[in-house]
Amino acid sequence: MTLLITVFAAIIATYKWYTRKDDTMQLGILVFMYWGASIMWFVDAIFEFAELKAEYFTPAAEDMLNDAFLGLAVVALGLVIWIVRLLITDPKGSVRAALRRQA
Amino acid sequence: MACFLVSAAEAAVVKVVETVEEKKEIKAEASGHEHTEEVKIPLSRKLKWLNALLLGGAVLLMFEHVWHGEVVPWFPFLTAMSNAEDAAEMFHEMATVGVTMALLITAVWAVMCVVADALVKKSNEEVSEKA
Repeated sequence: MTLLITVFAAIIATYKWYTRKDDTMQLGILVFMYWGASIMWFVDAIFEFAELKAEYFTPAAEDMLNDAFLGLAVVALGLVIWIVRLLITDPKGSVRAALRRQA
Repeated sequence: MACFLVSAAEAAVVKVVETVEEKKEIKAEASGHEHTEEVKIPLSRKLKWLNALLLGGAVLLMFEHVWHGEVVPWFPFLTAMSNAEDAAEMFHEMATVGVTMALLITAVWAVMCVVADALVKKSNEEVSEKA
């Protein structure tokens, strides 16, 4: 479930990156982060499948819920990292402009 | 248990290589050695992609390990290090799952570089045909 949610996040981020107008939103970081995690969880899934065989595809409801919750938390963490980086690098100068106005 | 550490270690090595390569490219550009009309993707940029894949994946996987209580904010940070049996299992997981993760990410990156180079080459040919 975590793998699935991360793969969907990676696909959405890649689509948004592909249809972007310019690079100011720095979507590339999200794309690489989610694809990197997806590949790593894919390997994890292969090893787990090798161990559990068909049982891998019939997880307990509680485990699935926990994994889904984890997947959403991972997507949220990725978004937090991206937004913090965007605000710090401030490519549009919006943060600097806002700070100058308040000063 | 700590499979993400292998990718994190590779990311650190890649970062060093990327920094050295970037310095070399800046030097070469300043001396005018590599000035051509053709667009090329510099190696340092490709290494940045690899670093982002490795580090991004490692950070999100580390979060998963925190979630499962395998990484803790106090020494020795990995709960598996508390006894020899768990530590041996952790090292085994790093050597199998961790190394496979790092290898697959590197392989995907290599394919990505080949495809990107082919796309840039095609674009260069289109530009030179129009000219």
